[in-house]
Amino acid sequence: MKIAVCIKRAPDSETRFKIGSSGTGIDEAGVKFDISDFDSYAVEFALQTIEKGGGGEVVVYSVGTDASQETLRKALSMGVERAVLLKTDAPVFDSMAVARALAAELQGGGYDLILFGKVAADTAAGAVGAMTAELLGLPVVNSVSKLEVGGGKGTARRDLEGAAESIEFPLPAVVSIDEGIARPRYPSLKGIMAAKKKPLETKPAQLGDVRLSIVKMELPADRPPGRIIGEGAAAVPELVRLLQTEAKVL
Amino acid sequence: MANVLAYAETRAGELRKTALEAVTAARQLADATGGGEVHAIVFGPAGVAAKAAQLGQYGADVVVAVEHDRYTNNDPESISATIAERAKSGGHRYVVGVASQTGRDIAPRVAAKLGAAFASDVLEAKADGDALVVRHPGYWGKVIMTLKVTGSPTVVTYRAGAVTPAENAKSARAESMAPAADPAASRVVVKETTQSTKGRPDLAEAPIIISGGRGLKEAGNFKLVEELADAFGNAAVGATRAVTDEGWRPHSDQIGQTGRTVSPQLYVAVGISGAIQHIAGMRTSRAIVAINKDKEAPIFKIADYGIVGDVFEVVPALTEAVKKAKSH
Ligand SMILES: Cc1cc2nc3c(=O)[nH]c(=O)nc-3n(C[C@H](O)[C@H](O)[C@H](O)COP(=O)(O)OP(=O)(O)OC[C@H]3O[C@@H](n4cnc5c(N)ncnc54)[C@H](O)[C@@H]3O)c2cc1C
Ligand SMILES: Nc1ncnc2c1ncn2[C@@H]1O[C@H](COP(=O)(O)O)[C@@H](O)[C@H]1O
Repeated sequence: MKIAVCIKRAPDSETRFKIGSSGTGIDEAGVKFDISDFDSYAVEFALQTIEKGGGGEVVVYSVGTDASQETLRKALSMGVERAVLLKTDAPVFDSMAVARALAAELQGGGYDLILFGKVAADTAAGAVGAMTAELLGLPVVNSVSKLEVGGGKGTARRDLEGAAESIEFPLPAVVSIDEGIARPRYPSLKGIMAAKKKPLETKPAQLGDVRLSIVKMELPADRPPGRIIGEGAAAVPELVRLLQTEAKVL
Repeated sequence: MANVLAYAETRAGELRKTALEAVTAARQLADATGGGEVHAIVFGPAGVAAKAAQLGQYGADVVVAVEHDRYTNNDPESISATIAERAKSGGHRYVVGVASQTGRDIAPRVAAKLGAAFASDVLEAKADGDALVVRHPGYWGKVIMTLKVTGSPTVVTYRAGAVTPAENAKSARAESMAPAADPAASRVVVKETTQSTKGRPDLAEAPIIISGGRGLKEAGNFKLVEELADAFGNAAVGATRAVTDEGWRPHSDQIGQTGRTVSPQLYVAVGISGAIQHIAGMRTSRAIVAINKDKEAPIFKIADYGIVGDVFEVVPALTEAVKKAKSH
């Protein structure tokens, strides 16, 4: 099976953000970057699928600046065979432009499965996977928390609000991955050494018209500081009073 | 003047609350850009047209019903093709939806089919000359971005719950339309849709959420959380990743960075430490209660009402007190 995984460079989840001086981006000083969380689950699922037998190849793609090389190297160190950077001058927030660049590169790649994260950490759009599928004319299943592929078809399960779907689809297909599929492995020392010699190709990204721009980034308003109202069951009457009179939810 | 197409979601043939949100948002956008028409498009099995007629109450000038047996389950392939077709033939300036799980299946594909600009999961959207300026939370909700999208048409989805359905009655014309792509030919087939919340509201819709963490010690103790939810009556039950990892609750109950994002009126955190990844999913709750035996737990930094104490002592007492308050 041939599997492509589209991955993105994103800040580590522990990050406390500051806005950069331009006002249109985060201050990257001191911020650790990694593979965006859901994308790392997708990489892990791809590797496990190949390791289960039948052979094949996993290739990772990223649209981004040179800084994304490190992100692709991380995937190589996890066991991915090769990587492609579709290079841009600056991070791109326009989902359609990213999808166009990925589709142009994935077209004719002969992949049975093209995996995405359900949503990227920074843009939080949850759009690039479905758009890429549409541009490639492939079937797509979003936000999958259980997935089996083989014999030219796939079965998946996904959660909706208050419901769950079981789904069948033919391969080749695009699938975007939710949590629950697989926890990403840590690269071994051997993996890290091997990754240095694996192919990482760089090409210009074919973004086309970029029609979404960042006007401003801001931190959301702080919550009022927390307040401890008491200890143990003795504090319950006071809590109930506050829920009735102040929060007005009771 | 801009005509707006609103995608009104259904599940099992019934309109969802998100349908009213989409139509309300579309009405506001149309009115803010000179009072164009709002066309609401609805998909479902036979009979959905009659149920969709109420969308006129929320400001739809035209309600387009696309009826087909297969639309009892979700069919993004055929639905997105039909919406794109209608947006083209109707010359719509904006296509509006809600960024629910199913809305996220449809809207990006409609944008790709139309070659349209796309803004996802917005809190608000305002026309600014030829452009649309939106506010959208990114970086796990830790940053609010103001984005500008240009080009016509533009597809935009609103965050579920960001728009309050508002009545604005129009005498809506009813139209019907045939699917632009045969649902029987869809490659992706939903075999089954199962209800997963047993008699409780979903996390996205519940005004009150009682959420449990590892402090509950074992799966069976979640009944403390459920009993408190029952005492409130209209509450959903959530959990931390520590809990879903243990398999005490399904992943669909997880709140946080890699789970659901919620903003209820009241969020009660029971035995939850308040890790940054958990807070990412609930920090916009209106009021937060925390019950934790460790007074240094980070959850107390954001809790409006913190009680330092043992959940096995405090929660049953709270349940009794809430029952009593409710019966008055
Ligand atoms: C990439 C990534 C993504 C993540 N995504 C999520 C996510 O989406 N959602 C999420 O929740 N987490 C997420 N996490 C995990 C997160 O970092 C925490 O590990 C998790 O939230 C902790 O859950 P908890 O509060 O239930 O458990 P703990 O941190 O173990 O806290 C248990 C709390 O219970 C208290 N306690 C114990 N016994 C009692 C008692 N008898 N009475 C009262 N209090 C008691 C303790 O004082 C403690 O504060 C993510 C982590 C990573 C790295
Ligand atoms: N710049 C990018 N390079 C590679 N893959 C991307 C990029 N942006 C988004 N993706 C993929 O698309 C998914 C959804 O991203 P988004 O639509 O931006 O939320 C991500 O989880 C990635 O799998």
